[in-house]
Amino acid sequence: MRRLSSALFLLGLGLLIAAIFQTMEFGSVAPIAGQAINAVAADQVGAANFVTAVVLGYRGFDTLLELTILFTAATAGGLVLGKPAAGASRDPDSGFILRAGADLFFPLLLVVGLYIILHGHLTPGGGFQGGVILASAFFIPILARPGTSMDHRRVSMIEGFAGASFIFIGLLAMLGGKAFLTPLLDKGELGALLSAGSLPLLYIAVGLKVGSELAGLLAQLSETEAID
Amino acid sequence: MDTGLILFTAAFGLILIGSAGIVLSTHLVRIIFGIALLEAGANLLLLLATFREGSSAPIIVDGRIPAAMADPVPQALVLTAIVIGVGILALALSLALRVQRAYGTLDLREVRQRLEQDIANEAGIDMSSSRDAPQAVVTRQEDPA
Repeated sequence: MRRLSSALFLLGLGLLIAAIFQTMEFGSVAPIAGQAINAVAADQVGAANFVTAVVLGYRGFDTLLELTILFTAATAGGLVLGKPAAGASRDPDSGFILRAGADLFFPLLLVVGLYIILHGHLTPGGGFQGGVILASAFFIPILARPGTSMDHRRVSMIEGFAGASFIFIGLLAMLGGKAFLTPLLDKGELGALLSAGSLPLLYIAVGLKVGSELAGLLAQLSETEAID
Repeated sequence: MDTGLILFTAAFGLILIGSAGIVLSTHLVRIIFGIALLEAGANLLLLLATFREGSSAPIIVDGRIPAAMADPVPQALVLTAIVIGVGILALALSLALRVQRAYGTLDLREVRQRLEQDIANEAGIDMSSSRDAPQAVVTRQEDPA
């Protein structure tokens, strides 16, 4: 009975989505907000990557709330998993290849992650993508040596500092009489590394926050005792 | 074959497979993976909704402004959705870990039965006295660890 009703629900959902697709034209959609943003973003925000201009310039407040969601998920995850019991058995170290690979990859991932964060306003990428790479740089060594544990206190210090500085940059704009998170500082030359005002600073904060949050969450998941 | 048709079919398939995983399966991890698939389909659909033929990425390289640029708004939205999806996935998996530790199973029918049993025990009533109690399904005769 439950199967039947589920199948009926799926059939209805499929028909509904198919009907929506019938009304959508592929490849010839008239852009509404996008075209206006593409026309003015280079002058207004000064970022060569317009996606960054949207994420941090036009809807920076949304990005702050998004970081809050990620923070809530990470905190709730830590709360649910709890601390591993003292003397809990841990997995043994992995083989030579993974250990050597983790050591080799750590500096490489660190550099790539920081590069992607710092060039978020010029090239595809930014704080979120680079932050995930930073998190993997710190998580792969834990996979290679499950016995080592992460310094969670320090990770949450970085996370709190990054989140606070994001809000602080937003409040600085309010001191100048502008709206919260209005891009500050000189826009500079379009396409230069030091351009787009305070957007790179905001992306560094986002990258540090996402990186430390994900690394902390993944480490917490891996530190949880294995279920027999 | 038409590119648009392939992409729309992919989005349609991902959404439908994800929904099927959520409503049809009774295993918690499969339901969580269903949510992840559904998310991927929704993200693809969001990008397809504003795709324009011949448009390039909305990025200015070396001062050259492309003739037609893609809409940056849905791209920013999908960026947000992906990050939130990772958070949801991590939280859901840690909750599933707790369920596994508390009940020793990830099968939703069994978990529900154990849950009702616990509630009935706490209330000090017989489980069969409740009209809404679940019908007995798979009865595992294991000692709850």
